[in-house]
Amino acid sequence: MLDIRNLHASVDGKPILRGLDLHVGTGEVHAIMGPNGSGKSTLAQVLAGRDSFTVEDGSVSWDGVDLLAMPTEERARAGLFLAFQYPVEIPGVSNAYFLKAAVNAVRRHRGEPEYDAMDFLKRVKAEMKAVGMREEFLYRSVNEGFSGGEKKRNEVLQMALLEPRLAILDETDSGLDIDALRTVADGVNRLRSPERSMIVITHYQRLLDYIVPDHVHVLSRGRIVRSGGRELAHELEERGYGWIDEAQATPAAQGAAS
Amino acid sequence: MSTLEHWLQRYNAGRDALPGAGVPWLDALREEAIMRFADEGWPSNRLENWRHTSLALLEERSFAPAAAPLAPEAVLQRLRRDGEEAAGGHWLVFVDGRHAPALSELGALPGGAEICSLAEVLATHPDWVEAYFGTVEEGASPVALNAALATDGAFVRLARGVALDAPLHVVFIGGVREGASLVRNLIVAEAGAEATIVEHYVGVEGAGDVQAGAAAAGTAGALTNAVTRIAAAQDARITHLKLQEEDRSTVHVAQIAAVQARGSVFASHSLSFGAQLARNDITTRFDGEGCEALLNGLFHVDGRRHVDHHTRIDHAQPRGTSREFYRGVLDGAGRGVFAGRILVAPGAVRTDAMQRADNLLLSPQAEADARPELEIYADDVKCAHGSTVGQIDEDSLFYLRTRGLDEAHARNLLTYAFAAEVLERIGLAPLKRRAQAAIRARLPGGELMEAL
Amino acid sequence: MNAPTKPIEAFLEREYPAGFVTALEADALPKGLSEEVIRRISEKKGEPEWLLQWRLEAYRRWLTMTPPGWAQVSFPPIDYQDIVYYSAPKRKADAPKSLDEVDPELLRTYEKLGVPLHERARLAGVAVDAVFDSVSVATTFKKQLGEHGIVFCSFSEAVKERPELVRQYLGTVVPQGDNFYAALNSAVFSDGSFVYIPKGVRCPMELSTYFRINARDTGQFERTLIIADEGATVSYLEGCTAPMRDENQLHAAVVELVALEGASIKYSTVQNWYPGDKDGKGGIYNFVTKRGDCRGARSHISWTQVETGSAITWKYPSVLLRGDDSVGEFYSVALTNHRQQADTGSKMIHMGRNTKSTIISKGISAGRGSNTFRGLVRVTPKAAGARNYTQCDSLLIGERCAAHTFPTIEVRHPSARVEHEATTSRIGEDQLFYAMQRGLTAEDAVSMIVSGFCKEVFKELPMEFAVEAQKLLGVSLEGSVG
Repeated sequence: MLDIRNLHASVDGKPILRGLDLHVGTGEVHAIMGPNGSGKSTLAQVLAGRDSFTVEDGSVSWDGVDLLAMPTEERARAGLFLAFQYPVEIPGVSNAYFLKAAVNAVRRHRGEPEYDAMDFLKRVKAEMKAVGMREEFLYRSVNEGFSGGEKKRNEVLQMALLEPRLAILDETDSGLDIDALRTVADGVNRLRSPERSMIVITHYQRLLDYIVPDHVHVLSRGRIVRSGGRELAHELEERGYGWIDEAQATPAAQGAAS
Repeated sequence: MSTLEHWLQRYNAGRDALPGAGVPWLDALREEAIMRFADEGWPSNRLENWRHTSLALLEERSFAPAAAPLAPEAVLQRLRRDGEEAAGGHWLVFVDGRHAPALSELGALPGGAEICSLAEVLATHPDWVEAYFGTVEEGASPVALNAALATDGAFVRLARGVALDAPLHVVFIGGVREGASLVRNLIVAEAGAEATIVEHYVGVEGAGDVQAGAAAAGTAGALTNAVTRIAAAQDARITHLKLQEEDRSTVHVAQIAAVQARGSVFASHSLSFGAQLARNDITTRFDGEGCEALLNGLFHVDGRRHVDHHTRIDHAQPRGTSREFYRGVLDGAGRGVFAGRILVAPGAVRTDAMQRADNLLLSPQAEADARPELEIYADDVKCAHGSTVGQIDEDSLFYLRTRGLDEAHARNLLTYAFAAEVLERIGLAPLKRRAQAAIRARLPGGELMEAL
Repeated sequence: MNAPTKPIEAFLEREYPAGFVTALEADALPKGLSEEVIRRISEKKGEPEWLLQWRLEAYRRWLTMTPPGWAQVSFPPIDYQDIVYYSAPKRKADAPKSLDEVDPELLRTYEKLGVPLHERARLAGVAVDAVFDSVSVATTFKKQLGEHGIVFCSFSEAVKERPELVRQYLGTVVPQGDNFYAALNSAVFSDGSFVYIPKGVRCPMELSTYFRINARDTGQFERTLIIADEGATVSYLEGCTAPMRDENQLHAAVVELVALEGASIKYSTVQNWYPGDKDGKGGIYNFVTKRGDCRGARSHISWTQVETGSAITWKYPSVLLRGDDSVGEFYSVALTNHRQQADTGSKMIHMGRNTKSTIISKGISAGRGSNTFRGLVRVTPKAAGARNYTQCDSLLIGERCAAHTFPTIEVRHPSARVEHEATTSRIGEDQLFYAMQRGLTAEDAVSMIVSGFCKEVFKELPMEFAVEAQKLLGVSLEGSVG
């Protein structure tokens, strides 16, 4: 369903993604691992449509549609969800309002009736319970004053409400203790389904003990350099990322020359 | 005789004896400066910047040395004894605004570091001074008076990359034989240079004079008019600490003006504990990208004393960071004024400025005025200011009392804690301890706080 | 990274639907200001001698005064002889006895502005006084209010019918010589609203005045006086619009509020005078003196303003907290776009014991707009237990706008607690991206962020006005309440 070919992206003229290829089939869960600075978060943001990154080359086709040609909010409404590594605070805007506005934008797009306040509250409260969020979070400003774990739960809550076809989890494990990690992972696993694909971006193998991927890819210097099953994650855990960079030194140079 | 005439006479009679007299650019500048002062007089509260502090009282006032001044040697000895860094550091001492070589003591200086009196450098290398001396227009009228009549001051020049290993202490002992001291200090740091400079302003009244001095306040007493100009070239780092502990009858009017080039770092600590009336204008201008400034200050007033800090941080270039923290402890019928302006010029994007001014009122007659101001002409900025006026927090007081402290002790403890937070930002431990000792000596029950 | 200015600009490009002109014959004095002009204004209004003398005294003071120069606004000097000081729509009889006698053209004007004057067409809860150029043209619900002893009428009528009240209170909060513009107003004010709420009466509906400048070259100098007697309560709303013209027009109003013991006055303004075009041509100079006097113990005065119009705004709704335990509040949203300039804020003067004040100011600067908050919190030597909290936030949109914050705090009593907090920020690119990733359009995201920014002020507006403010700022209020 998602087909990324030879993707090159840069920021402020500095290349970050340098010819990335990735294919994610419907219902599959792919993990992308890699050292800091390898381009993991850039990939997530480019797919979601952040305009501070410039796509220099390549294509992304999503169910036959040119994803890169769509505005950010159109991608969201069509079912692409990004769980942010650093969820953004929006002072003065209540979580309840924000969630309802987002859910109704997506529902309108799908031709479904918009929720009224009562229906929405019923739905959102049920989902909050599932991710272990207290109701008071509905009436606080979006992410403002939330702890790291609360922010991540709020991301998973939004994902549950928006029912995406493709969810990208950008370092959802960062900054979480083991209990919070487990809760968040449970929330994500609950949302796994044959219709929903996921890209799980992480630096550590630990998250993949809880969200078990179908495929694991290693990203280095802007390219996928190895792909495999979940055993690849364990290998990375044992050996670290150093060997990949070493192995990469030569091919990367070749890549630059071609 | 109005004092305006007094100053004009002093200028006419003394200009040929001023350091550097005969240097053409300096003669011309002094001439214009005294004209400006004659024209404007002392600032009064009709001027927006002097709304809460008028110097109009100086029109009618004559300045006199202390009745029975301590010997400067004794004052210096006390100062050096108090600090544990007494053995080290460089000491440049001025008495009544004139260099006192016998009292000064400069340690070994690294190559490329020049430290001397302004009079000396004007005699030998006036060309080193010209670009840094300052102009006639800048500052309020007392700065112009200073330009015309300053008799001496410290001159510091650090060549590229030179770092002073120990702080330079510049000591001003006023009111010994003369009523008025006018000093001008110039600090020039070339690229990457680094130094810590401490200015001490100390009085000479003996213990017996303190009461007499207070009683006489308003009629006589000394005047200090000080200007310090700092030029920090690219990546230079200058820390400036001013400790004002003058006699209770002294009027202290001072300006500290810094100009910062790209990537330079300027820290100013202004601790104002003495004088009958002290007005400090502290400014810095970011002339290059990525400058940093810390303006940190603490003042204490009691009796009928009055302290005013006016600060201005001019974010003229992008990516500058400034932090400003001022605190005042106000007792008796003292009055404290803080006005701080942060200016962000068009195009000065990624400015990050934060300012806080907090006042603690200890007495029913004390007065506090605060004007924290933001003036912003760019959009990609992060600026905040906050200001409070209040008393000791009742909850904290209660908490300490439940732990067995008596109320007076608890109050003194919280007052000292309020003041001491400002001093925590002073990086060099000996200077921090000296400042802590100075504030303790002025706060009720301060001697008990030593153990903190 | 550049700010995503496009959606923000689109959001700010608002039409000015109130910019039309009503074709009406006017009864106007010629341009210019003199004692003669003042005598004629007073004569036209059939005023008593004491009021004429009061005006002349103000005029003589004004002649000795100079316009204030300290505000962060710039404009060419105003030629006070080039202004028409009195203009009224011509009418057949002396004054319309009822709404049916009001010129239908006028009724249509107010209908077009969304302020229908027919009582049956109005929401039941709001009584309206409509001021057109220099005169009040209609006041609704007078009869129903009269049953409660409430006086709600034009200032001119009050002078005729309740002269003792006018004489007792006029100029006691804003004296004739208070400032340059207040002195000018005191000399030439032509009309405005008058409200008196008797002891212990809770006004059963919102009172509102709708100010409209129509005629060319005309200045509007209205004067509003609201008195809440002991234990009385009233909520008053004020709205204003003007046609789009290339010349600047002067609006110098004075509003005086008096709250006696235990009384409460809530005064809300949605100010939408014509702001000028995007190059700064035309627009209203809005130089207004608004002051409330908490004269009695436990009295309460609250100002709420949404300022989106005017080329230049110069106003500082203030409260004198004389009564013990009195409360003063100021809530403000000021938007300046294109070349608009606003210098606004509040003064809270604490004089009684245990007085409390709150200042919440939200400034939004866009385009080349300049927005200045100027405040004064003064705690006088007798104001034991005074409390103030001030919060003052600026939102910057575009690299050529300006936002300034100039508060002054003067404390003369040690038991005071005064806090001031201010922040300046811009709409963050990451905030926009986050909202858009959740499916919101950029415009909705901007309006949501602006609305969140203004939340604390909007929630102070009466429902009636909240809707208008929402329309003006183009923001959804739903997100800001909750």
